[in-house]
Amino acid sequence: MTNILETTKVVKRFGGLVAVSDLTFSIPQSSIVSIIGPNGAGKTTFFNCITGFYNIDEGDIVFNGRSVKGRSPDQIARLGISRTYQNIRLFSSMSTIENILVGMEPQLHSNWVGALFHTPKTVKEEREALLEANRLLDFVGLRGKGDDLARNLPYGDQRRLEIARALASKPKLLLLDEPTAGMNPRETAETTEFIQNLRDVLDITVLLIEHDMRVVMGISEHITVLDYGKKIAEGKPAEIQSNPQVIEAYLGRGAAASATIEVSV
Amino acid sequence: MAQTANFSKAVRLGLIAGIVALSVSAIGMVQTFDVRDIITGVLTLGQLLLFSTALIAGYFSWQKGEGVAPVGAILRGLVAGLLTAVPPIALIFLTIIWPGIRNSFVNVSADLIEILTFGQTPVVGSLMLLVVMGVLGVIGAAFDLLPKRIQKPLFSGLLWTLVIGLLSEILLLILRPYTPRAVLNFLFGAKGITPITAVIIFILAVGISAWWDAQGKQAMQQRRAEMAPAKAKQLRRLNIGLGVAFVLILPVIMGTYLTEVADIVGTFILMGLGLNIVVGFAGLLDLGYVAFFAIGAYVMGLLTTQGDLGVGGLSFWAALPFSVLAATLAGIILGVPVLRMRGDYLAIVTLGFGEIIRVLVVSDLLKPYIGGAQGILQIGKPEAMGFVFVQPEHYYYLILAGCLLAVFVSWRFRDARIGRRWMALREDEDVAEAMGIRLVSTKLMAFATGAAFSGLAGAIFASRLSSIFPHSFNLLISINVLSLIIVGGLGSLPGVVVGALVLVGLPELLREFAEYRMLLYGALLIVTMLLRPEGLWPSPIRRRELHAADIDHRPDDSEDAKSMA
Repeated sequence: MTNILETTKVVKRFGGLVAVSDLTFSIPQSSIVSIIGPNGAGKTTFFNCITGFYNIDEGDIVFNGRSVKGRSPDQIARLGISRTYQNIRLFSSMSTIENILVGMEPQLHSNWVGALFHTPKTVKEEREALLEANRLLDFVGLRGKGDDLARNLPYGDQRRLEIARALASKPKLLLLDEPTAGMNPRETAETTEFIQNLRDVLDITVLLIEHDMRVVMGISEHITVLDYGKKIAEGKPAEIQSNPQVIEAYLGRGAAASATIEVSV
Repeated sequence: MAQTANFSKAVRLGLIAGIVALSVSAIGMVQTFDVRDIITGVLTLGQLLLFSTALIAGYFSWQKGEGVAPVGAILRGLVAGLLTAVPPIALIFLTIIWPGIRNSFVNVSADLIEILTFGQTPVVGSLMLLVVMGVLGVIGAAFDLLPKRIQKPLFSGLLWTLVIGLLSEILLLILRPYTPRAVLNFLFGAKGITPITAVIIFILAVGISAWWDAQGKQAMQQRRAEMAPAKAKQLRRLNIGLGVAFVLILPVIMGTYLTEVADIVGTFILMGLGLNIVVGFAGLLDLGYVAFFAIGAYVMGLLTTQGDLGVGGLSFWAALPFSVLAATLAGIILGVPVLRMRGDYLAIVTLGFGEIIRVLVVSDLLKPYIGGAQGILQIGKPEAMGFVFVQPEHYYYLILAGCLLAVFVSWRFRDARIGRRWMALREDEDVAEAMGIRLVSTKLMAFATGAAFSGLAGAIFASRLSSIFPHSFNLLISINVLSLIIVGGLGSLPGVVVGALVLVGLPELLREFAEYRMLLYGALLIVTMLLRPEGLWPSPIRRRELHAADIDHRPDDSEDAKSMA
C-alpha cells in the first residue's frame, strides 16, 4: 500500500519550545489514522505544519510524492489536503451554502471578466457549483438550512458544515481536528459512522485528532501517540491500548504498571 | 420596594439627558438650530433638539417586563424629564451669578438663555422649562404604555411631520414652479410648515400607517403571493422602470441648486461603492481612500487643463480612462506592501499612504508639475457631439452613469466567485487561505476595483469644479466615505446610497448641520453601532439553496436562484 502522506523528522520550534520534534510518520492511502496524546502534545501544531499554517524548521512533509514544505496554505489546499478546526472556524456571516461554495474554490476557474459579463462558461460553472454545493448540503444532512447564516446553526450542524466545507474541495486527505468535541454520545456515534463513510464511500484518506477513545479505537486503523512533540508510540488500536508508555503519558507514572486504557467499542 | 429601587434608572437617564441638553446648548447647537423653524411659530429645530432629550429619557426610563405599574411608569418618566431640565436650569442661573461666562463659553449667549427661558425672566422661564421637560418625560414614558398598534402610527405621524417640516425649504423650492401662490402660502410659513400643514401631515401619516398595519400590508402580501410568477416578474420590472424614470427626471424636478447637492451626494456614493468593496466585501480597512480620489482628479486635471501645467491637452473622454487606470494602478501599488497586514496595521499604513499623497500634492517638490497649493485650473469639460457639460444637471447624469456602473460591477462581483472570496477573506483570512483562496490576487483585486471607482469619482469631480486644490483631498474625505458606508450598512449596496444621503446630503441641505458635521458623524456612528450595528439598510442574505425539485428536475434553471437574491 502506498503512503499518501509521509513526514520525515519534522521539527517545529516556537522560540525555545520544541512543539513538534523529529516526527516521522506516514499515512497509507485510503486509511483512517488517528493522532492522540495529552493536551499540548503538539497534535494541532502538527496539523498546522501539514496545512502550511506554520513553516516547519527541519525535516520534510511529502504529500502524494510532492513536498509541501515552503508551500503556502492555498497551494497545499489545491494539492488536495483539506481540514477542519478544533474550535469551529466557519465563515460565520455567510450562509451555509456559501460556506460550501467557498470550499469549492480549488475547483473553480472563472475569473472576474466572466463574472462581470456573465460569460456562458462562468454561468455554467457557477450553476454546477451551486448544484454540487446543494448535493453536499444533503450529504451532510443540512438540507433546508442552506440559507441560514452559519453562525445561527446549532453546534452539531456547525461541525457538519465544517466537514462539508472541507469536503467541497474534493480532498484526497482530510484532516479532522477533534470532530466530536462537545458532542453527546448519540451525535458522536453518528459522526463516527459519518467519518467511516467518508473513507468507505468517497475513498478519502482521513487523519484524525481525537480525545474520545471510543471514536479513536473504533475507526482508526493506525494510531500515533504524541507527547511533548515526540512520537512515543504507534500501531494498531489494540497495541496502543496496552502500550505502557502511552498509559504513562495519559495517566502518569505509576499508573502505567496497573492500568490499561479503558475502552469499550 | 422594588419599584422605588428601580427609580435609579430614571434618575440616571434623566441626568444623562440633562447633560446632553446642557452640552448641545453650551456648544451653540441649540442656538444655531433655532433659526430653522420646523412648524412656523410652534417648533424650531433648536427646540426639538433640546426637548427631545427629555422625551427620550422619559421613553427609556422604564422597560416593559420590569413589572412596573402604569402609575410607576409615568412617575419614572416625570422624574427623568424633571431631571433633564436641571442642568440647563443650572446654566440659566450660572449666567446670572457669573456674567463673564461668555469669555469661557462663547456660545452661552443672551439668545441661548432666551431660548431656554422661553423669553421669560429666569425664574419663570426655569419653571416653564421644568414643567415642559417633565411633561415630555411623562409623554415619553406613557408612549410605551400604549399598545403596539397605536404606538407605530403615532410614531410615524410624528416622524413624517418632523421630517417634512425640516425639509420644508427644499419642498418649497421644488413645488414653487408648479404650485399656485395661495396654496404655498397656506402650506408653508415664513420658515417651516404652517401648524395646519403639520396637523394634516400628522393625521395623514397616522391614518396611512394604521391602515397599512391593520390591512394594507397583509392585503399586499396576499396579492403578491397569489400573483403568477410571470406577473410578479412583470411587476418587479415595472417598479424598477419607475424607479429609473424617477431618478432620470429628478434634476428637472429639483432645479439647479438641489441638483448640485445631488452631484455631491452622487460623488460620495460612487466613492462609497468603491470603498464598500474594499471594506464591506473584503474587510480590508482602508483609511487612505482619498488618495485614489486625488489621483483620479489630478490625472484628469493635468491631462485636460488649458493652463500652463497641462500635459497632452486631451479631452475629458480621452483622459477619463487614464484617470481610472492611474487610480487602479495606485491601488495595486498600495496593495502589494500591505498584503501581509491585517486590521489595525493595515488601517495605519493606508492612513499614511493617504497622507503621503496629500503631502506630495502640496509639496514644493512637485509644484512645477502639479501646481502645489495653487492647484490646477481650467480643467476640461466633457463634450459630446458639440454639447458641452456645464450645468450641474449635465454632471448629474454623468455621475449617475458612474454610480450605475459601480453598482452593476459591485453586484456582479458580489454574487460571483470573487465576491465569495472577498467575504471569506473578511470572515477569516487564515481559513480562507486554507480553503485554497489565493490571498494576493484576491486582495489586490479588491484594492484595484475600489481604487478604480474612487479614481472615476475624482476625475468627474475635477471636471465638474473645473479646478482642484490640494485641500479638497484631506483625510476627512476618507473618514466621510468610511462613515457613510458604516452607517448605511457595511457590504450593502442600497446602504451606501442611504448612508450618503444621510451623512452627505443632509448637512448640505440643512446648512446649520454643516458646522456640527463631525459631531453628528460621531454621534450617528455611536448610535448606529449601539442600536443597529448592521447599518441602516443591511444587505439581505442571499438565498441560494435549491429545493429538491430544482436539483432533480430543473438543473438548468438557475434563474430562480438569481431572482431570489
